[in-house]
Amino acid sequence: MSDATATIAPPRPAASDRLKFYGIWIGAALALLVLPKLFSSGGSLTTFSLIGISIIFSLSYNILLGQTGMLSFGHAVYYGLGGFLAIHAINIVARNKFAIPLPVIPLVGGAAGLIFAMLLGWVSTRRSGTAFAMISLGVAELMASSALILRTFFGGEAGVSANRTKVLRLFDWSFGPQIQIYYLVAAWTLIAVIAMYALTRTPLGRMCNAVRDNPERVQFVGYDPHIIRYFAFCFSGLFAGIAGALAAINFEIANSAYLGAVQSGTVLFATYIGGVGFFIGPIVGAIFVTLLSLGLSDLTQVWQLYFGLIFIAVVMFAPGGITGLLMMHRPLLKGGTLSRVLPSYLVAFLPTLAMITGLMLMIETTVHFTVNPNEDSHIKAFGIPFDAANPAIWAVAAVLLIGGFLLARKTWARVAASWDDALTAAREKGVAA
Amino acid sequence: MSTAIELRGVEKTFGITSVIRNVNLTVAQGERHALIGPNGAGKSTLFNLISGYMKPSVGSILLRDQVISGLPPFQINRRGLSRSFQVTNVFAKMSVWENLRCAVLWATGHRYAFWKNVDNLPEVRDRTAQILQDINLVSRRDVPAGLLTYAEQRALEIGITVAGGADVILLDEPTAGMSHAETERAVALIRRLTEGRTLLIVEHDMSVVFGLADRISVLVYGQIIASGTPEEIRGNPKVKEAYLGEEVV
Repeated sequence: MSDATATIAPPRPAASDRLKFYGIWIGAALALLVLPKLFSSGGSLTTFSLIGISIIFSLSYNILLGQTGMLSFGHAVYYGLGGFLAIHAINIVARNKFAIPLPVIPLVGGAAGLIFAMLLGWVSTRRSGTAFAMISLGVAELMASSALILRTFFGGEAGVSANRTKVLRLFDWSFGPQIQIYYLVAAWTLIAVIAMYALTRTPLGRMCNAVRDNPERVQFVGYDPHIIRYFAFCFSGLFAGIAGALAAINFEIANSAYLGAVQSGTVLFATYIGGVGFFIGPIVGAIFVTLLSLGLSDLTQVWQLYFGLIFIAVVMFAPGGITGLLMMHRPLLKGGTLSRVLPSYLVAFLPTLAMITGLMLMIETTVHFTVNPNEDSHIKAFGIPFDAANPAIWAVAAVLLIGGFLLARKTWARVAASWDDALTAAREKGVAA
Repeated sequence: MSTAIELRGVEKTFGITSVIRNVNLTVAQGERHALIGPNGAGKSTLFNLISGYMKPSVGSILLRDQVISGLPPFQINRRGLSRSFQVTNVFAKMSVWENLRCAVLWATGHRYAFWKNVDNLPEVRDRTAQILQDINLVSRRDVPAGLLTYAEQRALEIGITVAGGADVILLDEPTAGMSHAETERAVALIRRLTEGRTLLIVEHDMSVVFGLADRISVLVYGQIIASGTPEEIRGNPKVKEAYLGEEVV
């Protein structure tokens, strides 16, 4: 490398930066090891396993959406096929007593995801945008309906089940207890996350971003955007297949829900809420959405409705997702002016909470009269008991909703103003936004 | 002298409108050739045809005696022809450095590699750094291209165009919308970066055209009405009548 380059090119990471970089990964690995010691109940181990699977799946989805700018409505196809192939692989291995242990089964799922992505992706990746989205939707519908028709492979409504403990044992691990499944999922999550991060740092990964930004110009620097999208699609299928296989191992069953529209919607939802603009976004989204779906379904019947509302709120007010919101604060944190916005956040929090509470009261009351009209009107939503038949509830809800809305609008305007002040102050201290 | 670009009887029609009519044009290797003409004459369309963005309805286009008409843009680019755009066309969310690096990757043979760390490719770093210095954007290296000033974006546009090392460069109105001082800097930049390469340039600023070009072709209503040295074009009565008007002479 020439001397001139050294002064012009971005500096190579210093030893301390590298230490920090590898430290994060080693820290993550250690955290995954220690986690079950802190939360050892079966329920939390299952939750962690589901989060791990969701992280791989969401990151694989972001190879398409965030990295390459392709909106897919059918990503669950590759997740589901990975799951089904993994289940069949477990059954075949168990039946024939092949010397293949459970931890390598996700590779079967990955291969399935990759191969089907290679087959189905060539045509759909010719175009991005609407055409790609529509084709992905069509393929997803095709697969979901095939799952109910091709009974020998997909097992119809019931799906296909397997016994994961029947395959070759490794170090006397039967993979019956959830703790062993947790470690299996954790190891695969770490491998997949590292691999997908590394992918973003390759020539292909950088050109994926270029295709996202400007597919037209890519053609005039020697690249075929179709090939780049196709590669991205294949990698995305590979990792989705691994996630699907892990899910199949976790539940010991694969059924048509794996490749259905709900599954495709959930991964889009998790990825977008987490934030597509940052590598870590889908990880945050996967954790948030998994915890929320497990938590909300205990608290209310119509948890999916709340999911939808959250999604709309994120799309409208925080298109960068949770990660985008957090990253916005980085310049303030660096400039030391974060404390200037915090009070206005607190002020804005109260009316916003009132507004949300009013909305939830209304939803829960409506649900009582429409979904369960014959049940006792003394209902409990989010752990708070109230009488849905009491007309005062409507009045309270309306006051909270409308009053909260009016106040919240004013207070959020104040947040914006104090935000501008804080950012200007941070910039004056020489912090780049 | 061998030819870099040759257009043989090229026509382009959109429906019943014919935009390019029987254009024959030869650009010699190493020549700086300017394409001028009034608005709507079809200059950008001609660029789109040569660079593969559109296919000619009739006729053929040759790059160093090989037919390129009908090939997709990326294949024409790989054969050593690179173009810029009239409306700035960069990778808006990526940094200046990344923009230039994307333009270097194919030419350095890294193609669709997914097993190499892009930060560990010495020749990519060298070439990107070289171009970054050439276009005077070293201080803006890490700024997203979408946040650059207009003149900086135009410089980046030229940088992306030449970064791959193509020896035939097409520039579509590189100084459009620039102030006088910016135009002067841009012309000096173009002169330097196209040294030893073939340049075909569309330009409205006559001082730029006559200062830069070895030869000039005049396109009016999709037809080339004259082709020659700046002196010949200046003295051509047909050109005067159709385009240049009195003030240039």
